[in-house]
Amino acid sequence: MTEYKALHRAIGEITDIAKGFGLDFYPMRYEICPADIIYTFGAYGMPTRFTHWSFGKQFHRMKLQYDLGLSQIYELVINSDPCYAFLLDTNSLIQNKLIIAHVLAHCDFFKNNVRFSNTRKDMVESMTATAERIAEYEMVHGKEEVERFLDAVLAIQEHVDPTLTKRKQPIDELDEEMESYVRKTPYDDLWSLDQQEPATKKSKKKAGKFPAEEEKDLLLFILENSRELEEWQRDILTMMREEMLYFWPQLETKVMNEGWASYWHQRILREMDLTSDETIEFATLNANVVQPSKTRINPYYLGVKIFEDIERRYNEPDEEMRKLGVKPNSGREKIFEVREIESDISFIRNYLTKELAEQEDLYLFEKKGSDYKISTKDYELVRDQLVSIRVNGGFPYIVVENGDYLRNGELYLVHKYEGTELDLQYLENVLPYIYQLWGRIVHLETSVENMQVVYSYDRNKVHRRYV
Amino acid sequence: MSEKQENQFVVSQENWSLHRKGYQDQKRHMDKVKEAIQNNLPDIISEESIIMSNGQEVIKIPIRSLDEYKIRYNYDKSKHVGQGDGDSQVGDVVASDKGQEKAGQGQGKQAGNQPGRDYTEAEVSIAEIEEALFKELELPNLERKDHAETTTDKIEFNDIRKKGLIGNIDKKRTILSAVKRNAMKGKAEIAPFHNDDLRFKTWNEVQKPESKAIVLAMMDTSASMGNFEKFIARSFFFWMTKFLRSKYESVEIEFIAHHTEAKVVTEDDFFTKGESGGTICSSAYLKALELVKEKYHPSRYNIYPFHFSDGENMSSDNAKCIQLVNELMAVSNMFGYGEVNAYNRFSTLMNTYKTIDHPKFRPYILKEKKDVYHALKSFFQKNAEGFD
Repeated sequence: MTEYKALHRAIGEITDIAKGFGLDFYPMRYEICPADIIYTFGAYGMPTRFTHWSFGKQFHRMKLQYDLGLSQIYELVINSDPCYAFLLDTNSLIQNKLIIAHVLAHCDFFKNNVRFSNTRKDMVESMTATAERIAEYEMVHGKEEVERFLDAVLAIQEHVDPTLTKRKQPIDELDEEMESYVRKTPYDDLWSLDQQEPATKKSKKKAGKFPAEEEKDLLLFILENSRELEEWQRDILTMMREEMLYFWPQLETKVMNEGWASYWHQRILREMDLTSDETIEFATLNANVVQPSKTRINPYYLGVKIFEDIERRYNEPDEEMRKLGVKPNSGREKIFEVREIESDISFIRNYLTKELAEQEDLYLFEKKGSDYKISTKDYELVRDQLVSIRVNGGFPYIVVENGDYLRNGELYLVHKYEGTELDLQYLENVLPYIYQLWGRIVHLETSVENMQVVYSYDRNKVHRRYV
Repeated sequence: MSEKQENQFVVSQENWSLHRKGYQDQKRHMDKVKEAIQNNLPDIISEESIIMSNGQEVIKIPIRSLDEYKIRYNYDKSKHVGQGDGDSQVGDVVASDKGQEKAGQGQGKQAGNQPGRDYTEAEVSIAEIEEALFKELELPNLERKDHAETTTDKIEFNDIRKKGLIGNIDKKRTILSAVKRNAMKGKAEIAPFHNDDLRFKTWNEVQKPESKAIVLAMMDTSASMGNFEKFIARSFFFWMTKFLRSKYESVEIEFIAHHTEAKVVTEDDFFTKGESGGTICSSAYLKALELVKEKYHPSRYNIYPFHFSDGENMSSDNAKCIQLVNELMAVSNMFGYGEVNAYNRFSTLMNTYKTIDHPKFRPYILKEKKDVYHALKSFFQKNAEGFD
């Protein structure tokens, strides 16, 4: 019980310090649970998510690593209001202190970063409902049938359109309305004969193409236009899309979000009275979290470094920055602004400076023969690559080019190639899933060794041809 | 137990013991692996990695359909960002493919870097495959032998005591107990060493019922049997021996290679050495009968003669073969004849054997690797008619 009291007191203290720093978070709910529960939540991404074997596989792997002492989840926090954070029941008090400071900053980020402004804050409840509905469909249509469908949807779940502003739709609808308003009789287009191009051009485009413009939201497009799906399947598809839209901002702000949280747990813990043992343990834990790696970028580390660099530069602006109106000692203010308006892409592009990249010894490496070798240390190339791997949350950018290809209802997708090839083995295995959802032949155009190649799946086999 | 403060936070600790979702889905995944093994048995059991595994317990086998496929980038064709200690140079090797070392990629994703590999490799123990396979097989239920009740007296070292013959000292346990005792006093060392730390192995006498089986593996090693034919035979004998081991206390296997004459050879020679010349199958059968007479009396052994050939026997020999096969069947539990014939050649031997109508005689034609599985099922089928 004293342990519980100590934890309670620590949380109160940390919360006060965090507020003093100006962090702005939702009311917090801390749950203390055993390791297997934390790992369940980690694998599913959410405590109440629906069941699927792929989560079980993930859970098994994470749990195994934990049992072998290879990894430890330091924090698990849900973007919701109130905000849920999960603490491992074997955590020491100092571990919990670090985690609590860390999750408060995460929660501040969820609440204030613009990318998260559209995410549902009641997702915990919503996912419970989703899970229940899927369980019900399993009862009605059979476990196997539902699982088969989920397999297919999960294969393309990332291909949604997370654009913040609900774009073009109104304009499109307006256009259509106008058209239907104008054309009342089959002879109406006679009137437009003397009206010049724009109108005809538009209708031509409409007639020849469906969708009129490239559609990034593959899930939505299938949902609205597939002739194959039953009502329950549409329902599941809708829910899966909601889930992805909810998770999306987290994919887009990984570096920032972790950097922000690590920045603050360091600052907050420095304000606390720690015993010398606690100080040492904290230092060890912190070092583990922000450990750089040779073969990948540790988002915690890179994020912290960039935030600290911004703060430093804005606290002591040089000549050039002063000219641009940067006031001395405006670092803190600046990083709060950054956490509000940037995402990883703009964060890295705008604030990873040449000096910082050199100081941190960043480099690019690629496969040569059987070795992965450093290919360059050029600042701009490194920065651009860091940005490009964050584009579209790190997933290839796929659009629906034609939903009625060959006038045969076939689905024609295009991969917007930007220098990185697709994993073709995987692609050949995903196409059958899209076919399963679309019900007709599916094509995907991509670039392989600088040639445009179309992969098609016709229910029996994947074919490929050069364009 | 929860409590609220003006700071608006709640700490609670629930009883989570009923929350089993992770375990349930983990089980579902394992079931799917099992299902995949069962569905792919014909492919899996003729995997070279298993047949050549030399008794490894866990092997990697391809499990298609259990990867979570996504549209993703090709890891090996993209550039990645890493971070050095401050002195990295262009050209430094940061990771290597050799020796299975994976270039780290978050989340433990498979690097998927071997060309042409379009499946996940699951680590499966041979025991799991055996379980799946043997579920479908059954020993033909032949006549009960008198020897079923024979028992042997055996001495087994299966106990540890503090007193015993110094020759039987168990060094490992002795040292361990010394270290343990010293550790309790603060230092985990071997010295000082007390008499009390000594541990001895001791034995008990046990009585065991004995059931023995002998596989008489016969194979045509004439020039016409190539690598493919031999691999098929090898896979077949591998699984057959394993299967019989699950049914009998001890299973032995004798390898009889033959072309125009037969001899008993080692396993290595059996599968690797080829010889030229014609084929006289009866020579192998004669050798088998000789072995049965000399070493493996049918009252003590369950005898399983199996013959692999490509079917090209000297025509004049066929009549003699039939006669000898009948003799062999009289002393054996069953007689299997596997013909490896990928191209539907005319086979003189199979043509002759067609005339044999005996419940113990089981022929099978294997055309491809997968047929090893079908052959096993055919030889050891459940509820076969004519067997009681």
